[in-house]
Amino acid sequence: MELVNLAIKSIFVENLALAFFLGMCTFLAISKKIETAFGLGVAVVAVQTITVPVNNLIYNYLLRDGALAWAGLPNVDLSFLGLISYIGVIAALVQILEMALDKYVPALYNALGIFLPLITVNCAILGGSLFMVERDYTLAEATTYGFSSGLGWLLAIVLFAGVREKLKYSDVPDGLQGLGIAFISAGLLAFGFMAFSGIQL
Amino acid sequence: MAGIRDFLDRAHPLFAKGGKFEKFYAVYEMVDTFFYSPSDTARGAPHVRDGIDLKRVMIYVWMATFPAVIVGCWNVGFQANTAMESMGLEQVDNWRHVFLHYFGYSADSFIANLAHGMLYWIPIYMTTFIVGGLWEVLFASVRNHEVNEGFFVTSILFSLILPPSIPLWQVALGVSFGVVIGKEIFGGTGKNFLNPALVGRAFLYFAYPAQMSGDTVWTAVDGWTSATTLGVAKLDGMAGIEAAGINWMDTFLGVTQGSIGEVSALAIFIGGAFLMITGVASYRIVFGVLIGMVAMSVLFNVAGAESNPMTGVPWYWHLTIGGFAFGMMFMATDPVSATMTDAGRWIYGVLIGALTVLIRVVNPAYPETIMLAILFSNIVAPLIDYGVIRANISRRERRLATPSPAA
Repeated sequence: MELVNLAIKSIFVENLALAFFLGMCTFLAISKKIETAFGLGVAVVAVQTITVPVNNLIYNYLLRDGALAWAGLPNVDLSFLGLISYIGVIAALVQILEMALDKYVPALYNALGIFLPLITVNCAILGGSLFMVERDYTLAEATTYGFSSGLGWLLAIVLFAGVREKLKYSDVPDGLQGLGIAFISAGLLAFGFMAFSGIQL
Repeated sequence: MAGIRDFLDRAHPLFAKGGKFEKFYAVYEMVDTFFYSPSDTARGAPHVRDGIDLKRVMIYVWMATFPAVIVGCWNVGFQANTAMESMGLEQVDNWRHVFLHYFGYSADSFIANLAHGMLYWIPIYMTTFIVGGLWEVLFASVRNHEVNEGFFVTSILFSLILPPSIPLWQVALGVSFGVVIGKEIFGGTGKNFLNPALVGRAFLYFAYPAQMSGDTVWTAVDGWTSATTLGVAKLDGMAGIEAAGINWMDTFLGVTQGSIGEVSALAIFIGGAFLMITGVASYRIVFGVLIGMVAMSVLFNVAGAESNPMTGVPWYWHLTIGGFAFGMMFMATDPVSATMTDAGRWIYGVLIGALTVLIRVVNPAYPETIMLAILFSNIVAPLIDYGVIRANISRRERRLATPSPAA
């Protein structure tokens, strides 16, 4: 039950894109079409579901204060290596995912194209891992959190792509065309997501 | 009537191309088409001849709010006069007394109540209309599009979902945000994706919660506190409503605390029925909202948790308390921000109804939720349409793939 609550909370209430505004660059750049937005969203879910628990293991068994006790080094605190390890894990995993997809699911690999390596620099992914450390999640919680925060991001970008497809028919003033109106629309989207903030389960 | 036509014809050269007030052509066009049918016709190839145009649609919505306006104003006055009676006040000590001393302050007199309420609603409506209208005309003149009757609807709906005691500068700020950010920067009526009146309301709600919620804002008398039925239900559920002496008929007829136009479910249903019969409001959305709300509240009634008294509130109470009826009839059915496909309209409606009850029950942070539920559903609407259209495409592909036996 706790895990279900955590999942709902990280999808709707603490949506990475629309409550924390993480991963905005890809969120704004790759949301012009629903199909591609969905593909990217699925890739984010996949990467997030793997990296957050893996980083959780790394943090708990290698980096945190006293984590190396199993190796006979109880006084070692490697947490200053946190950021670089997480980024390394993310980059490596994206590479592996890329190769695996290329080998086994070439159709999906081609559909995602450049978006797949771009996930490495998506701040929502790193943000997910950092939140996991900050909130001290267990492995089960980290897995749930990784999957559902990715799902929240997927939901946000697909909704945003839907809105932007509709906005193709709008008549935006010259100065606001393109990214300008995208920023404003993203803000209004976050406004709609306020419906969920404060939900207690 | 001929006089108006004459006057407009004489003024026309001033506003036409090359005239003195060329920049203000949009204003001329607005006044002209308000009184008379426009003389120009569609030139593009495929078009349908229909007696009903956007202007007529918008003016129907405007007219449909009148029952809610009358009952709402009467109720504002009734609540204020009742409050003053029990506080022992003889008269209000502001400018309203100049008008009100003709009518008195008796809570038993229909006219006195109506006048008292009108003196609160009319300033709010005027502010909405003037400030919002200024933005509308400004954008229309600069961007060379027409001033649209959509604004009539936005302004009256916006004025009806505010508490009576709201300061007028907040009204001006809210309608500015709603009209500019919610609509005009996307190109005006028909190009926006959120309901502009709700955007303005939500903006005020998050920016000035003290004037938009709580127990003191619903009666236009200083120092009088009285919670809305929904507020009572949030704290203590049905037991609280009974303890407060509110019966269902009060909330249905509109003798209760709330925003100006939202109190009377009956008046709203009369206006809503008119809209559905004339085909302006989609009955699919309205019944979708109803179905979603009933399903969700029955679910909560059955599953009910001891710790949350709100789960025990039955659906017919959800229907009449808070802004549900108003949102269902006037806000959810906004044709611009709702879904465009028939199947999509059902889904959209059910989503609004279910979300409203869901957030009412599980989110203690917000007293009223249909506003946010509709805004969220506005965002989901394009995606619903996309899904419906995709489903239709693949259904037709399957139909083509299997040739019919006759062929």
